[in-house]
Amino acid sequence: METPALSIHNLTKVYEDSFKALESISLNVKKGDFFALLGPNGAGKSTTIGIICSLVRKTEGKVSIFQYDVDTDFSTAKHLIGVVPQEFNFNQFEKPIDILVTQAGYFGITSDIASKRAEKYLKQLGLWEKRNDFSRNLSGGMKRRLMIARALIHEPKLLILDEPTAGVDIELRRSMWNFLTEINKSGTTIILTTHYLEEAESLCRNIAIIDHGKIIENTSMKSLLKKLDKETFVFDLAQEISVCPKIKGYSITLSDQNQLEVEIPKSESLNGLFAEFSKQKLSIVSMRNKTNRLEELFIGMVEKNLESEKIRDE
Amino acid sequence: MNNHEKWVAFYTILRREIRRFMRIWPQTLLPPVITMVLYFVIFGQLIGSRIGTMSGLPYIQFVAPGLIMMSVITNSYSNVVSSFFGSKFQKNIEELLVSPVPNWIILLGYIAGGMCRGLGVGILVTLLALYFTSFGIHSIPVTIAIVLMTSLMFSIAGLINAIFASNFDDISIIPTFVLTPLTYLGGVFYSINLLGDFWRDVSMFNPILYMVNAFRFGISGITDINIIWSFSMVGLASVVLFLFALHLLEKGSRLRS
Repeated sequence: METPALSIHNLTKVYEDSFKALESISLNVKKGDFFALLGPNGAGKSTTIGIICSLVRKTEGKVSIFQYDVDTDFSTAKHLIGVVPQEFNFNQFEKPIDILVTQAGYFGITSDIASKRAEKYLKQLGLWEKRNDFSRNLSGGMKRRLMIARALIHEPKLLILDEPTAGVDIELRRSMWNFLTEINKSGTTIILTTHYLEEAESLCRNIAIIDHGKIIENTSMKSLLKKLDKETFVFDLAQEISVCPKIKGYSITLSDQNQLEVEIPKSESLNGLFAEFSKQKLSIVSMRNKTNRLEELFIGMVEKNLESEKIRDE
Repeated sequence: MNNHEKWVAFYTILRREIRRFMRIWPQTLLPPVITMVLYFVIFGQLIGSRIGTMSGLPYIQFVAPGLIMMSVITNSYSNVVSSFFGSKFQKNIEELLVSPVPNWIILLGYIAGGMCRGLGVGILVTLLALYFTSFGIHSIPVTIAIVLMTSLMFSIAGLINAIFASNFDDISIIPTFVLTPLTYLGGVFYSINLLGDFWRDVSMFNPILYMVNAFRFGISGITDINIIWSFSMVGLASVVLFLFALHLLEKGSRLRS
């Protein structure tokens, strides 16, 4: 069996105020994977990442990076990980070039090699022109890219990104997606947490959903999306209508005079629906998914988990 | 990490620390120089000329070693406490914590940074002192050893303060309410032989007294205290503080949640 990039076994974290952030979670991430770790706020994602990169002390369990234990082989394990945290955590009074060269130095990389790598990553991430500006003067998107460059400066084999595109505009987000896809193609394993589920769906091959400190789903993106038993589509009509049409097998609501929302079960087809629309002389101008498919699944799973937690508490 | 990588990591921390205090020199280097000019003008020339001699030395020559030591102590301490706490506050200490740098290298890097500033300011103040008065060196080894050990000890103490600090008030409490009174009462401006028995005995509990006197011995050959005691006390305190600081870093106290 191939060595996993990340192996977490029975990981538990109880904070000093007795809050149990993680309850015996286990997880494997394959080498070369692009892996999504999703969950609502406070689910335990950042705690998990904190433990992996040793910013948070675990209560119990074992974490290995390419089979190197983060406790006993910490030096090798840390050489293999690059982390992009959620919050900006670089010295705002330093220049991007100095931040990168200094970070490389912490990994024992001499400044001549570090300077060449810094140039490479700053150019790739569109920050080269800003290399001598004070980093506090960079825009939010630039600061995020600077943190990615910093995480890559020692060329890790596992890159962990905690909401790397939060607050980044759509154009920049897409360019970051392309960059990360290239990094992944070159062999770097990537673990991503994000609130943009479209991002997870388009980038990641495997996924784990964490909620209330437990892994509630851990599978491939394809298998997860197959679990979706219905999808909701929005149809824009050419004409205005006042009565909501009724079609057997489909749940339809009139959201506007010229807009319908239709819940389509997996057992029914879009062809059947269009045939019915034609019969009722409804002309469709455009259609789209009401929400991202993964988002629909994610919300369903988290709500289901919340209900089962409530039942258990009662 | 191999030894070369450890050396690079240490040098990186030291270089970053030096860059930090050089970048903000109006906050780090200029104020102690201005303060010391005032001390030399007021205590050395204006009041000092009326005091006459202290322990057989002209007063300005008596206070000069104490003032140099005072600037070494405060600058070594304040460099590490403000830099380390600043890193904690801005969270960029995480850059170091996620890296493979061993804790003892982190500790040595910050200490070396503090010593560079402490000794750098010490040299500036010495040059200033030489402008106002003249003095030779009685013992080069004693002078160098005690100034290095004192700077080392207060750099470590600054790091411990920074680890425990949770806000900016916490990093000014020790310098304001502990370090400054101990320095002023540590034989910088007077010989403890001027004090009555009780206050002289109380003064013996002041660690700064030992450092100032050892340094004064190195410069002028005059001391109120046996310098063997001075070296023993500073050496022992440095070892204890170093081990305590290392323990705090290993435990991740107030650094890792």
